[in-house]
Amino acid sequence: MTNTVDTKAHTGRTSRTDNWWLSPLLVGVGFALFIAYATVRAFENNYFEIGQFLSPFYSPKLIFDWWHFSPAILILWIPAGFRATCYYYRKAYYRAYFQTPTACSVVGTSGKGYSGETKFPLILQNAHRYFFYCAAIVLFILWYDAIVAFISPQGQFAPSVLGLVMVLNCILLSGYTFGCHAGRHLCGGALNCFSQTEQQKVRFRIWHFVTKLNEHHMGWAWASLFSVGLTDLYVTMVARGLATPIFFL
Amino acid sequence: MRKAKLNVYRGDKNGGEFKQYEVPVEEGMVVLDAIHYIQAHDAPDLAVRWNCKAAKCGSCSAEVNGMPSLMCKTRMDRFGDDEEIKVQPLKTFPIIKDLVTDVSWNYEVNKKIKGFSPAPDEKEWVIHQEDIDRVQEFRKCIECFLCQDVCHVLRDHDRKDAFMGPRFLVRTAGLDMHPKDTANRMKYLKDEGHIGMCNITKCCTEVCPEDIHITDNAIIPLKERVVDEFYDPIGKFIKKVLGSNK
Ligand code: SF4
Ligand code: SF4
Ligand code: FES
Ligand code: FES
Repeated sequence: MTNTVDTKAHTGRTSRTDNWWLSPLLVGVGFALFIAYATVRAFENNYFEIGQFLSPFYSPKLIFDWWHFSPAILILWIPAGFRATCYYYRKAYYRAYFQTPTACSVVGTSGKGYSGETKFPLILQNAHRYFFYCAAIVLFILWYDAIVAFISPQGQFAPSVLGLVMVLNCILLSGYTFGCHAGRHLCGGALNCFSQTEQQKVRFRIWHFVTKLNEHHMGWAWASLFSVGLTDLYVTMVARGLATPIFFL
Repeated sequence: MRKAKLNVYRGDKNGGEFKQYEVPVEEGMVVLDAIHYIQAHDAPDLAVRWNCKAAKCGSCSAEVNGMPSLMCKTRMDRFGDDEEIKVQPLKTFPIIKDLVTDVSWNYEVNKKIKGFSPAPDEKEWVIHQEDIDRVQEFRKCIECFLCQDVCHVLRDHDRKDAFMGPRFLVRTAGLDMHPKDTANRMKYLKDEGHIGMCNITKCCTEVCPEDIHITDNAIIPLKERVVDEFYDPIGKFIKKVLGSNK
């Protein structure tokens, strides 16, 4: 038996010996890259549409005489607000950026000043379900865009790799959107009894399905974030003449 | 035989130090076995709380290499041959001696939660499995308080004055989602238990030895119930018009 000098049971930020810093670092860098790319593309106001293909950043295309900036700004607040108030993203950025905490059992910020989501502005996170409603409408429009992408401006059936990419993007966005915790609550989670009336039984089945999606909400969140960025990248490359949609017919 | 080096905190509220002990590692050994070895051979006065050695009583909570863990569920073969193993008491609660902390604050919080409240004239006690599955997950809790220990609101921000903590959100969820319960705990959750203090960063879920999905299945659904009651005027209006069917 030997002694080491340390007068308190807990000193320093943590006693963890594993790579606890890796996950918040990757998340922090990942979000920063996406936000930088999305901001540049949203303000660019160009190369977002070619033939039957429309970038998800600019859909629905809202063109008004009185609006002199990029139409993307009129719509992007919905997906941005939806993701910013999403329970998964909250966890991720509270850890990576707010440091509350950095990782489990690792001190980020400390002191009694912490008030969590009880005060303005973070109390607004409670509005997540309103963003959910808006995001579901936008998703519906993106599905419409993805289907239209299979029809050429001349009205012919024109399947393409880009069209398939847009469909895949919609599938991933649907998995993300319909696995939402707020949606899970609204479709059935709010009930205490699932078995008495027909309506309860139907809601239970929907809740059960949503729960399955919800279990992988983080995966859907990242996959759809990548897919929406890559879909825009593909559309803009085609619009710039740097790539082709790769038509099958 | 391989010998593991354990750095165990020895001390009380007046201070202390880490002492290193060498323990021969046997197959299937857990950290609690190593602590018992130290008690038997080197330090009979080493204080440790334990009971079942089967991850079922929730007594042997401590921090092993920085992670809140049950010592009886933490296998020694998880650690590398030369890795030193640091064993500390829970950080969030006042130390009594060595690895034993005073967790009585938790019992005070528990008393404030409105208990199970069936309707007084309730006769029909037939309950379908799908109605009780959610509640049964929460009943697995062994009150080890590892989630309370790791929660940064209590641990780093010391907000025991305001926040009830994940364990008691789990208990509240189990009561509130019970098909026969009639009480409304939402005002308590919002204004006294301060569920809003939780920023759903999920550390409670990461450490729970019973694998209860604390954040996804208890806290977030409760947060959404609080939203129903206090932060969703449109939804409340629609429900009033249509008539709610809870
Ligand atoms: S999710 Fe909430 S209750 Fe759980 S550890 Fe994090 S802040 Fe605490
Ligand atoms: S919820 Fe899990 S971590 Fe928390 S006290 Fe219960 S068993 Fe322990
Ligand atoms: S919780 Fe993630 S989208 Fe609603
Ligand atoms: S001794 Fe009972 S849980 Fe570890």
